[in-house]
Amino acid sequence: MSDRVELLVGTKKGAFILESDAARRDWRVRGPFCETWPIHHLVRASDGTLYAAGGNAWYGPSVWRSEDDGATWSQSSDGLTYGDDGPKITTIWNLTPSNGKLFAGVEPAGLFRSDDRGQTWSHVAGLREHPSTPEWQPGNGGLCLHSIVPHPTDPDRMWVGISAVGAFETTDGGKTWETRNRGVRADFVPGDPPEFGQCVHKMGLHPDNPEVLYQQNHCGVYRSGDGGRQWTEITPGLPSEFGFPMAIHPHDPSTVYVIPLNGADKGRHMIDGHTQVWRTRDRGDSWQMLDGGLPTSDAYLGVLREAMSMDRMRPAGIYFGTSTGQVFGSSDEGDSWQLIADFLPPVWSVETSAPGS
Amino acid sequence: MATVHLPRSLVTLFPDPPPRRLDMSAATLTELVARLDEGWPGMRDRLCEAGPQIREHINVFVDGERVRDLGAQIPDTAVVHIIPAVAGG
Repeated sequence: MSDRVELLVGTKKGAFILESDAARRDWRVRGPFCETWPIHHLVRASDGTLYAAGGNAWYGPSVWRSEDDGATWSQSSDGLTYGDDGPKITTIWNLTPSNGKLFAGVEPAGLFRSDDRGQTWSHVAGLREHPSTPEWQPGNGGLCLHSIVPHPTDPDRMWVGISAVGAFETTDGGKTWETRNRGVRADFVPGDPPEFGQCVHKMGLHPDNPEVLYQQNHCGVYRSGDGGRQWTEITPGLPSEFGFPMAIHPHDPSTVYVIPLNGADKGRHMIDGHTQVWRTRDRGDSWQMLDGGLPTSDAYLGVLREAMSMDRMRPAGIYFGTSTGQVFGSSDEGDSWQLIADFLPPVWSVETSAPGS
Repeated sequence: MATVHLPRSLVTLFPDPPPRRLDMSAATLTELVARLDEGWPGMRDRLCEAGPQIREHINVFVDGERVRDLGAQIPDTAVVHIIPAVAGG
């Protein structure tokens, strides 16, 4: 077990690293990194390398890399393109290291892979060769591929989530993909739920039980026990079906956290200004509100899809960042919270890492 | 030799950054971008997007005239300014 915990925070104006010892009470902020570019996602690979991804209004999308803990950075987008005749890539929403490779989810939606630690990229073209692609339409948040979920032991299997399009799975290393949206509502289109077009907001699995997937959707929270072939809604018990982030407990596949917001058409902030995280310990059969130490009035905070994460300590810590620049943390699995950073730029992502572990 | 002026926000993206002002020979804007990319790999991707074309919010001035066409001629004594568009927020 590491004696340090760090939060990797992507913001509208640069990346930051928040560091603490194992007690997770006192935090130090480092940054901003990446020349204050808009950073959608900051991650640390198992070899210690930091990667950050985003898109700059002037200079386009790029992936940043630091091999010295953030002291110096380089960036590259070599190969991050659909070609001169294809759509222009505007930004990168998600970076996911897996099996020595690095995957990037971009906007407009597509998946890229780097085999050389982010120096060059190749398009995983099979996804955009799916017959549904011409009908993909962006939602309010764009047409972003934001969830990249590798199978923990089978390198040929992976799930991805695309806003306003839904979930897909490949079982052949990305050559072909199948939709995985059965049982998921899409209330913003008339008729029965379609094969695709569902608006997944965040999707994940637990490595100890990789057939069990969870997703926070525009229209509810869902669980699948068969790798996404069929989803079951687990929204009942929550105060709202709408939210963005979702986190799965690192040591318990049955424990999941979401942050319900007041609604898609109501401002997308905390319900009645009451900051609250909700936790299930039974795979969504029941939910418990967690607000100890959080501002419970006049707090019209928003939390975006990548902005909640858990560390691997025991008890596990959980953290979320807000669109108004606060980061809240809990070192007791959500039972009590503290404000651990304030006055940051709008927070877009929070990941955890345990340096040296 | 054309004189090329680069913005601070561009040169700081490279670990061994170019000078803010440099002289180089290039017959066209395409060639000029290629020379920059040879010296500082990746610079083409920062200045150009699919098309290929100069990125939407990058302005290139040749002797004071704004140019968008990558085929634009660069006179031997030209002064080239590459300037990010002004923005709010």
